[in-house]
Amino acid sequence: MDDAVAVVLFVVVTAYAVFGGADFGAGFWDLVAGGTERGARPRALIDHSIGPVWEANHVWLVFALVVLWTGFPEAFASITLTLFVPLTLVALGIVLRGSSFAFRKSLFRTSERRVFGAVFALSSVIVPYCMGAVAGAIASGRVPAGGRAGDPWSSWVNPTSIVGGLLAVASVAFLAAVYLVWDARRLEDGLMVEYFRRRAIAAAVVAGVVAFVGIFVLRADSRYVFDGFTSRALPLVVLSAVCGVGSLVLLARRANRGARVAAIGAVAAVIWGWGVAQWPYILPTSLKVSAAAAPSASLTMLVAVFGVAAVIILPSLARLYVLDQRDLLPEEGT
Amino acid sequence: MSLLAAGGGILAVDPVPWARAQMAFTLACHIILVPLGVSWASMALIANWRAIRRDDADALLLAQRWSKYMAVTFAVGAVTGTVLTFEFGLLWPKFMGQWGAAFGIPFSIEGLFFFTEAIFIALYIFGWKRLRPWPHFWTGVPIVLAGIGGTLSVVAANAWMNEPQGFTLNSNGDIVDVDPLKVIFNEAWPYEASHMLVAAYLAGGFMIASVYAVGMLRGRTDRYHRLGFLIPFTVAAVATPLQMAVGDTLARWTFNNEPTKFAAIELVPETSSDVPETLLGRLNSDGDVEGGIAIPGLASWLSDPGDGTATVVQGLDATPADERPTLREVNTVHLAWDVMVGLGTLLFLLSAWYWLVWIFRRDMPRSRLFLRFASVAGVAAVLAIEAGWTVTEVGRQPWIVHGHMKVEDAATTNGGVWVTFIVVALLYLALATTLVLVLRSMSRRFRAQAETADSDVPYGPRELPPSAKEREPVGG
Repeated sequence: MDDAVAVVLFVVVTAYAVFGGADFGAGFWDLVAGGTERGARPRALIDHSIGPVWEANHVWLVFALVVLWTGFPEAFASITLTLFVPLTLVALGIVLRGSSFAFRKSLFRTSERRVFGAVFALSSVIVPYCMGAVAGAIASGRVPAGGRAGDPWSSWVNPTSIVGGLLAVASVAFLAAVYLVWDARRLEDGLMVEYFRRRAIAAAVVAGVVAFVGIFVLRADSRYVFDGFTSRALPLVVLSAVCGVGSLVLLARRANRGARVAAIGAVAAVIWGWGVAQWPYILPTSLKVSAAAAPSASLTMLVAVFGVAAVIILPSLARLYVLDQRDLLPEEGT
Repeated sequence: MSLLAAGGGILAVDPVPWARAQMAFTLACHIILVPLGVSWASMALIANWRAIRRDDADALLLAQRWSKYMAVTFAVGAVTGTVLTFEFGLLWPKFMGQWGAAFGIPFSIEGLFFFTEAIFIALYIFGWKRLRPWPHFWTGVPIVLAGIGGTLSVVAANAWMNEPQGFTLNSNGDIVDVDPLKVIFNEAWPYEASHMLVAAYLAGGFMIASVYAVGMLRGRTDRYHRLGFLIPFTVAAVATPLQMAVGDTLARWTFNNEPTKFAAIELVPETSSDVPETLLGRLNSDGDVEGGIAIPGLASWLSDPGDGTATVVQGLDATPADERPTLREVNTVHLAWDVMVGLGTLLFLLSAWYWLVWIFRRDMPRSRLFLRFASVAGVAAVLAIEAGWTVTEVGRQPWIVHGHMKVEDAATTNGGVWVTFIVVALLYLALATTLVLVLRSMSRRFRAQAETADSDVPYGPRELPPSAKEREPVGG
């Protein structure tokens, strides 16, 4: 049952990365879109594409935390004790991002919108960076078992965490750019299709370079996970690379739907690769998944809740996506 | 790095009081949004129902505008709620490490309701122009149900902290087995959960009604404002008498099951019968009741009317000093109790006024005095909720898991919590100011009849970017 809960945890994290990650990435492109006038057009598209399901995306994160603390309480205590600083930054960034999202849409004066827009964009970069750094801290074995605190700084300011943070920012920027190409295409905005296509390629190249350098960093800094990545997780690494390159090729060929699927595949494969690489540890190499697991009744409960979520929530979520893509009722079409 | 470490040394302060302060502050802020998140959808649906059934344009306008305000408050509430989720780990890692397997169970279920709420609130706002009236109405119903379910699950977690059960410990004190149903349906749950649920409807109703009461005092007495007042005020006026009964049941349950908390509530230093009900007043350092108005025998009588004033109430002295609230905490609990019951009684009288006038005149009270009271009822209801949470939380001290783990043993060891507390406090202050300004500017825009488009609110449908709009005529 502990394996099942670990799988649930990774499914939730992956969902957060591919749905929520794109929102963070959109914030990144908002940040680098340039001055008010020059950036107006891409920003308008970004505003449009940060969809209605934004808060629903957010729930994935809450769900991941709940699964972690209910299923693996000891690991949760170690992680939150050690990584107090980056996790606090994540929480603060989410407050800033969420509230500027809530308010920007309700404000009309450009100057107000600009302030909230800047806050939104900046926190959109800080949050994924810190999350990547947290992943790096865990993967490199800097979070000790036993609900104890590791070093409050070097645990997340270290080579593996920096690679993790940069990779996270580059990945969400890549995902977002690919989604934005798709949206621009839907709106038949050729200029923006080209604009974000170029940026998707740039982000993919950066992500590729970071990942390549990361291999050497892991070899020096996180031996267990490096060994995992180069052995049992190797197929997933290859899959991620193939998907990444494939999505670029598809983008170049203007096959945007395929590019989108491939981009999701590339990011998801990296996350699953991380999980497989550090298996059977939840905190390499001090705490195994099986040893960290809560009593079986708690685990069963989590799996059951996830099952119910899959039956009830996924169809509603799908309905929302469909409604989002659908046009107004005939009489409302103005 | 050594510089940072040195900095950490200077900046390090005992984290426990700061962790408590930060948790209390963020919870106190979040709980203001809770009644709106839980009950507003039901009021919007009442307006929506009326709009469809009676073809009522005013009601329709209300429902549409409410759904937009709701979206803003829900988005902010979701954010402050997410912060609380992080804080469980960041501030209380040892609590979560030891008890997460049990305490987390109600939260996993709450996650389901949160998800449902987030999805359907978006569907509801989207649906105004994309769905036919009745199917659209039904997309609002899950929001109401999820609000109720979410309240019941979150309060289950809190009730479990008061009445921890449904787990087996080994000799080290680690949880080795969990009974999820007993954790959720713990003994305090039915009383606490119903009290909070009714409170959410009561406070939500008064909060919304008070806005329209202010509008009516300023001379906006059209049908639209009247309806905007009547729907939420009626909900609140139904909830208030109900809350008197639910609250009374909870108090008696506390008397029987959480005697230490009850002793703090009633300011009872020593076990005795014929205990007076002390209004205000405090315990001094000698452990004697000082000041206040004592009503002889009433606390005993209320605790068990069957035995009347002969009812023996357990005093604080029955619990070892290190296992009960400190003197200051006892006084806080007692004052908070008086505030909650006092405000609750005033709100009850206001509801009675409303119902009596309604029965005899078939209309709401017309006097300006009534509207003045109604316009502060929202703030009073929020204060009552804050006071109620103070009673249950401070009354449990020094425990985080009653009888098993103390707050000081649960807290993080990070000395920098005071920094995060100050940052969070400033951030929330800015957030609260902006929220009020945004809601007011929405209201001004509504009044100026420049109708806000669905796309101007969070969760609203997508607005076509200007680039796409520009091209439309060409395409046509």
